[in-house]
Amino acid sequence: MAGTFKFELVSPERIVMSVDADQVRLPGSDGDFTVLAGHSPVIANLRPGTVDVMVQGVTKRVFLKSGFADVQPDVLTVLAKDATDVAELTGARLAAEIEMAELAFKDAKHDEDRRMAYDAVMQLKLLQGGKAA
Amino acid sequence: MASLKDMRNRIASVKATRKITKAMQLVAAAKLRRAQEAATAARPYAQRMDQVLANVAGRVTNRDGASPLLVGTGKDDVHLLIVMTAERGLCGGFNGNIAKLARADANRLMAAGKKVKIMTVGRKGADNLRRDFGKQIVERIELRGVKQVNATHAEDVSGKVLAMFEKGEFDVATMYFAEFKSVIAQKPTALQLIPARVPEAKPADGKAAAGPTADYDYEPSEEEVLNFLLDRNISTQIFRGLLENAASEQGARMSAMDNATRNAGDMINKLTIKYNRQRQAQITKELIEIISGAEAL
Repeated sequence: MAGTFKFELVSPERIVMSVDADQVRLPGSDGDFTVLAGHSPVIANLRPGTVDVMVQGVTKRVFLKSGFADVQPDVLTVLAKDATDVAELTGARLAAEIEMAELAFKDAKHDEDRRMAYDAVMQLKLLQGGKAA
Repeated sequence: MASLKDMRNRIASVKATRKITKAMQLVAAAKLRRAQEAATAARPYAQRMDQVLANVAGRVTNRDGASPLLVGTGKDDVHLLIVMTAERGLCGGFNGNIAKLARADANRLMAAGKKVKIMTVGRKGADNLRRDFGKQIVERIELRGVKQVNATHAEDVSGKVLAMFEKGEFDVATMYFAEFKSVIAQKPTALQLIPARVPEAKPADGKAAAGPTADYDYEPSEEEVLNFLLDRNISTQIFRGLLENAASEQGARMSAMDNATRNAGDMINKLTIKYNRQRQAQITKELIEIISGAEAL
């Protein structure tokens, strides 16, 4: 283990999370990647999906719709639009989110938007399936 | 001379008004605290956004094909003024000052032969500008019944602005709002949104000075990251404007209502003195009547 680094999840309204993390898995636009301490500096766009934050062996999952990550060797900042704790995404709430995402998918005007919305739907359904199982 | 009964009524009515203004002041104070907290909580996001944007933009600006959001359309013929005001009045010069600044700019631009379009956010701004610029107002957004502005509202506004920009309906966008200086001071401010005013990368910051910006990798690519950032930046700035405005509105209302409460108090004192004098004068008059009546016997 290479030690911990500072992880901050910031939404437009507030700082959602600010912890010393062991590792963080991010849904990058070109695929998921995991950040450990000492990662080389990267700025990455994120696609809809879950962020897994591991703090002292405990993993916390947060769902975000879009955003970007600023990775530096000792700090990781994720600026997210709409970050929701996966533990809070249950039953009706999850269903409502899926409905909204599906609507966004139908309304999407560009391929890019459509792809993003599709990702959101898929990721949310995945969560729903995971919960049911 | 008003009768004693009239004066009693008058005093009662001023007292009722004072109660209302006092209550409004207290409500504004409570709301102000919440609005200030919201504005403070939103600051880290905007700051980090600025930082990253400054890093990236510095590297891409000079290339061909940079986003028009950053470098502009190359013209400045059509200006969009986004005027943000409150939904409600009774907050001193708050709405008027923002509208005044926007009006001055609109007049200046029109005198210079530019075309002006106005988008109002908040009912009071629309009311204020409707008479002079009825034809220029292209869009009105009302946030009535919104207790606490959140990112979704900013998203709505920025979505409309970006859609208009993509259709080439304007070249330059400026946002008007009141910057929250303190409870007693709110400064009407104009902020250019498009083309983006890129913040300077801060060399004073120890980390930035070492020039780590050059070491960044970008995923998927610099251009795509930048385009995404610029889009987000618009709504972040609008969100900031809305939050500052919300805090300023409550601050302005608080001091306006404080003044009103004090004025009502002064007025009650004056009226009470007048009322007592008149009452005493009347008693004296009645006594004199009785005494002179008794003496005449």
